[in-house]
Amino acid sequence: MRVPILKQENFLIASVQSALSDVEWERLRDDLADQVGRHRSYGVIVDISALDVLDSFATRTLRSIAYILSLRGAKTVVVGMQPDVAYSMVRLGLSLEHIETGLDLEDGLMILRESLKGGAGPV
Amino acid sequence: MPALSEERRLPIDSEGDIITARQIGREMASRLGFSMSDLTLIATAISEVTRNIVDHAGRGEIDLRVCENGKLQGICIAAHDDGPGIEDVELAMQDGYSSRDGLGLGLPGSRRIMDEFVIESERGKGTNIVMKKWKP
Ligand SMILES: Nc1ncnc2c1ncn2[C@@H]1O[C@H](COP(=O)(O)OP(=O)(O)OP(=O)(O)O)[C@@H](O)[C@H]1O
Ligand SMILES: [Mg+2]
Repeated sequence: MRVPILKQENFLIASVQSALSDVEWERLRDDLADQVGRHRSYGVIVDISALDVLDSFATRTLRSIAYILSLRGAKTVVVGMQPDVAYSMVRLGLSLEHIETGLDLEDGLMILRESLKGGAGPV
Repeated sequence: MPALSEERRLPIDSEGDIITARQIGREMASRLGFSMSDLTLIATAISEVTRNIVDHAGRGEIDLRVCENGKLQGICIAAHDDGPGIEDVELAMQDGYSSRDGLGLGLPGSRRIMDEFVIESERGKGTNIVMKKWKP
């Protein structure tokens, strides 16, 4: 299933609805990289509230998505991580590194709006 | 109470099998009465060892069953493959060691997550992992 991507303000919102296969992760990455350019988006929110597992593979993929989008001039905020998933990531030793995180969609939008004020945007 | 004989053996041939395995493992552990956060830990460990089978060995299988130790009940997960095996198991068990561009956290992380973790591997002889989590 393709992850739906919505446009809101200058941002894109991708809502992951269920566990993704490798191919679906790759498609999400490519879709976002493409749409960030087409819509001239400054930021992307990836909502992972539907995910009940975030293993080392998914973590690595999220990191690479954020990195690629940063090269396309957009900031990534991951929102909605479930408390149990966060706990499991800590126990495993995983981190999202430099990716910003927010509690929910509202929070993610606020983070992106704030960072726009700070002069962030496409380089 | 789940039947103590409950056991599932699943072939792991492709990445789709990883999602299936962790879902079945989670359901089995859920019937045993594990907490939500334990279910997430168990599903994550299953995800890591089956991902390793797909990535490093190509194919293998995973065995999920309810197990007992005295008064304790838990879930017992056995992963097996006839892949290339691991040259230096001690090294592979260290945080951050990966023979490719991985994070190198799958094996050491799973050992931290589970109550028991035993790995047997030898170059050319495949890999066997048995891990258990007991219900508190
Ligand atoms: N089933 C296996 N067969 C052969 N080699 C394996 C197997 N499982 C693990 N290994 C070896 O052990 C190393 C460490 O495994 P580990 O899961 O910790 O890290 P990784 O798979 O490289 O990265 P990731 O953090 O993405 O899981 C691997 O890089 C690989 O060389
Ligand atoms: Mg691994």
